[in-house]
Amino acid sequence: MKKNNYKAWLYLLPAILFLGIFMVYPLVDVLVYSFEEGYNSASQTFFGTGLYNYSYVLHDPYFLQAVKNTFLIVVITVPLSTAFALLISLALNSIEKLRDFFQTVYFLPYVTNTLAVGLVFMILFKKTPYSDGMINLLINLFGGESVDFIDGPYWAKMFVMCFYTIWVVLPFKILILTSALASVNKEYYSAAKIDATPKWRVFTKITLPMISPMIFYLVITGFIGAFKAYSDEVALFGTNLNAAGMNTIVGYVYDMLYGNSGGFPSYASAAALILFVIVLTITCINLMVSKKTVYY
Amino acid sequence: MKVVLKNLTKRFPGRRKKEPDVIAVNNFDFEIPDGKLVGLLGPSGCGKSTALNLICGLETPTEGRIFFGEEDVTDLPPEKRGVGLVFQNYALYPHLTVRQNIRFPLENLRGSEKLSKEEMDAKVEEAAGIVQISRLLDRKPSEMSGGQQQRVAIARALVKVPRILLLDEPLSNLDARLRLQTREEIRRIQSETGITTVFVTHDQEEAMSICDMIVVMKEGIFQQLGAPQEVYENPANLFVAKFLGNPQINTFEAEISSGKLVIAGEPVLNADHISDGKVFAAIRPEGFIVDPSGPMHCELKRIEVMGRDTSVISSSSASLDENIRSIVSEDISSISGASSVAFSLKPEKVHIFDHDTEERIPCALS
Repeated sequence: MKKNNYKAWLYLLPAILFLGIFMVYPLVDVLVYSFEEGYNSASQTFFGTGLYNYSYVLHDPYFLQAVKNTFLIVVITVPLSTAFALLISLALNSIEKLRDFFQTVYFLPYVTNTLAVGLVFMILFKKTPYSDGMINLLINLFGGESVDFIDGPYWAKMFVMCFYTIWVVLPFKILILTSALASVNKEYYSAAKIDATPKWRVFTKITLPMISPMIFYLVITGFIGAFKAYSDEVALFGTNLNAAGMNTIVGYVYDMLYGNSGGFPSYASAAALILFVIVLTITCINLMVSKKTVYY
Repeated sequence: MKVVLKNLTKRFPGRRKKEPDVIAVNNFDFEIPDGKLVGLLGPSGCGKSTALNLICGLETPTEGRIFFGEEDVTDLPPEKRGVGLVFQNYALYPHLTVRQNIRFPLENLRGSEKLSKEEMDAKVEEAAGIVQISRLLDRKPSEMSGGQQQRVAIARALVKVPRILLLDEPLSNLDARLRLQTREEIRRIQSETGITTVFVTHDQEEAMSICDMIVVMKEGIFQQLGAPQEVYENPANLFVAKFLGNPQINTFEAEISSGKLVIAGEPVLNADHISDGKVFAAIRPEGFIVDPSGPMHCELKRIEVMGRDTSVISSSSASLDENIRSIVSEDISSISGASSVAFSLKPEKVHIFDHDTEERIPCALS
């Protein structure tokens, strides 16, 4: 028995070494930095330990703004994108003609570069001295007044941000959900038909439970992905997100590491750990909810 | 409730444009009597399941009408036909308990048919009682054996008291022992409820053992309908004769010549009122009697003793099969070690078929 144990550890060694060096060590390092006050990565010096970094980050208005933005994006985009993806998948599943064509169309955003798409969104939404942008033209057409979506009021910027995020994450969710729907045994639907099951009941009592593991997977990864949002914001509002008031937590971490003020790895580590705790908490809540609702 | 099929045809379009249509059910025209257990019997791919789906409404016929009693149900969707269907793989909802599965059809009832919670519970208990799964009501389907799942599926189909109960290959997913047990169950449940029941099977033994009537089909074409024993004893054609019975019937190239049935040059039986010519003769395994003075001589290959059955395996130049298998009850010590065997035949176990149409030629053999 003991001999076997040694062998098992030997087989595990490559993976343990690799993960240890490239995952565990950096993680521990981040934890250490977050408690070292005034750490300087060039001189490898610091002048004290304690909770000051956390206190600084939590009192930084930019960080609080970033937390607010991130939570808004998460709360708005995750449920909406999952619901839209489900609706579109159900529609795709129920048509026969042109299904492949539409599937391709819906999948296009997935293979398109984020920054290129950001540019297109800028053109759609940005107000310049020469043009109000296509969306504003549409709003004007219906008698509304032009809104500056990129440099204008907070709600307009948040709207574009969420719109864009949903648009970017939809394809993957549609892909997952269409295949999940297609893999539900057709006999269940035949059985339901013979039992005169109303359409809505078929959906809630058969389809939804059958694809619930996939929905759950999408919600969890959606939450995690949205909490880590950063590049989409840059694509729309440029690199100076603090000035635009559209920074996210990851954006804040990045700014603290490489920002024009020279870099504060300790603050960045503290902010990163706060994000980690938030994501961990939300994921745990998700898991607890799923135990009650997801059928495997 | 009797089921009447009138000129029922179902054609599926060919896979590619140039391919011809597939006729799964070809001009079915027969009546399934009220309150009987009826087996739709045929080899794989002969359109049995399509016929069942037409009756329950999951498929719409290309031509023809379907009546339940006097009511034309051809244009009714499945949910309005009042049928219960048990699927081959049961199609139990895996995320629901047995109780919830059986309740499911009841919960769909709307308007005046709507049941109270107590009524539903009572009906669920009743259906579960019929199939004897009352103790298992709170389990999930995955926590049950195949046979138990089968019972749940039947209970779910029965709970609304359907006019017709349909079962698609109900025994094919069960092991041999369970199959024997479950087919008796189906027989019992049908007798208790008195609901006209149609079940699809490719296993002739299954159909023969429990059905009041069987319908034999081949490649979408109706062959014969009747009580199992009647069909066995009076097959309409060579296909039916071959399909029913285990071991299979033995077939021979034969000839009618001046009132005699001649197999391999030997006149074996008298055949009256039949014109001379080539025919097929088919002899049931139990139609052979080992008899040293018998008229039919075959080369003896071996003797197989299995439990209560003694089989004599022989061959003949006229036989269409490699082996002639006969099940005999006589003392066979006289032929052990011999190279040939002589049989006399039981005339009622011998059938004669037209050489071209393979239809049975009714005639008196002696």
